[in-house]
Amino acid sequence: MNEQDRFLRFILPLATIIVGGLLWHAMVRFYDIPPYVLPGPGLVLRTLIGDWKVLWESLLVTLVTTFQGLWLALVGGVGLAILFNMSRRVEYAFYPYAVILQVTPVVAIAPLLLIYLPQHLAVLACAWIVAFFPVLANTTLGLNSVDHNLRDLFRLCGATPVQVLFRLKLPAALPYMLEGLKIAGGLSLIGAVVAEIAAGSAGAGSGLAYRIAESGYRLNIPRMFAALLLLSVTGIVIHFALSLLSWLLLRRWHESAIERDS
Amino acid sequence: MPHAASGRILVALNGVGKSFANGTVALGHLDLEVREGEFLTLLGPSGCGKSTALRLIASLSEPSQGTVTWLEGASARGNIGFVFQEPTLMPWATVFDNVALPLKIKHATTQETTQRVAKALDRVGLGDFAKSYPRELSGGMRMRVSIARALVTEPKILLMDEPFAALDEITRFKLNNDLMAVAAALRMTVVFVTHSVFESAFLSNRIVVMTPRPGRVFTELTIDAPYPRSEAFRTSPEYATYCRHVSEALSRAMEAKEVVAS
Repeated sequence: MNEQDRFLRFILPLATIIVGGLLWHAMVRFYDIPPYVLPGPGLVLRTLIGDWKVLWESLLVTLVTTFQGLWLALVGGVGLAILFNMSRRVEYAFYPYAVILQVTPVVAIAPLLLIYLPQHLAVLACAWIVAFFPVLANTTLGLNSVDHNLRDLFRLCGATPVQVLFRLKLPAALPYMLEGLKIAGGLSLIGAVVAEIAAGSAGAGSGLAYRIAESGYRLNIPRMFAALLLLSVTGIVIHFALSLLSWLLLRRWHESAIERDS
Repeated sequence: MPHAASGRILVALNGVGKSFANGTVALGHLDLEVREGEFLTLLGPSGCGKSTALRLIASLSEPSQGTVTWLEGASARGNIGFVFQEPTLMPWATVFDNVALPLKIKHATTQETTQRVAKALDRVGLGDFAKSYPRELSGGMRMRVSIARALVTEPKILLMDEPFAALDEITRFKLNNDLMAVAAALRMTVVFVTHSVFESAFLSNRIVVMTPRPGRVFTELTIDAPYPRSEAFRTSPEYATYCRHVSEALSRAMEAKEVVAS
């Protein structure tokens, strides 16, 4: 049963994707759609391989931005959450800014940032803005979810605030923090792409999203699809990498990562 | 274990009252003396403030009126073992790390920590489980870890807040036996909170019966049976008689409350 289940979990999504590709291929063939309107999956893959050098270089640019954004989101989100947790006043004072940054669409902020910042920094700032809030919100929740009795125990033992933070609060917040990071991973990529698109229309840049915009202007639709495919795969890889990290860190003790024999 | 009457007064609560911000009066006017080396049980129905009294002794909470006075020159105050109603273990830490926590907070050397933790785990019969995580243990074993953690600093006084309430009766009897053996071996003063008549009669030198909200001392009973008490004591007519006395006292405490209330 379990073995079969695992097999199905792997084979079913693969099957639906293959069927989807075949349908796509058949449609393009049947209606004789020209490639500059809709390229078939075969042509997209051929473009992906043919243009690999250009696309790979662009992918690296986008990836670097994404991971820098994610890293800064982690540091900033966790740091701010700790600060909020330590002082109510700081929280009252600065939480509104965090919310404002979160609720304002990044597409609308990107052009502004591009005016004031060098392009690379502007793109990075966009990735950070969308990625840091889930880390902040989740870590804050985690830091506030510490078992009251454990807190009393630390008090009884005469623990200093720093000991409470590192031995109690941060470990307790870890599952929440990782969940926030998982969301932030995808968002950081989205932030980077949005900013690149915005920057691309200003005529500079070399990230993957810029390639998409550029290919669009040149009616190089197969390359647009190839770049899009690459972006999706990147997002999926980031998601699974962060899920793996989460599982590795939590598998011994957290309910979410434990497989039960039924 | 020395007899109750022979011990000096380790800590005394004089006219202690406790009311909470929401208006609940948990303790009315509590006078209580804890003598060195005795096994004292606070017995009463839910909401009689016995847990509150324990928290006041531990300085986890401040009295609204009255005083908590410790024996002059006693080092007991700075070294209190506390066992909560729940095992209250850190799920991310191994059994070893959980038990070592009070020592690590006080910056004990690695060698001392290792020795003391091993000793504490041996005392509760969990010597082989140092590397396990709490979730891998049964409820009774988790409670044993919690007790080992309270014992690891070899406290003069051990405060226990209904520690076995959530356990099945078989596990509970076993833990009662083991606790009594450990308390006798370490010549510890124990203040034990429970709502079980049978548990209180089996474990204690002295039982203080409390009335429900607001909590006051209703009466006091002495159990003169010598330590160590065995399974033979649990099935003896003598024990049954003690249980009856305690049970009657508890019923009268409840009635006294009703008279006051009406």
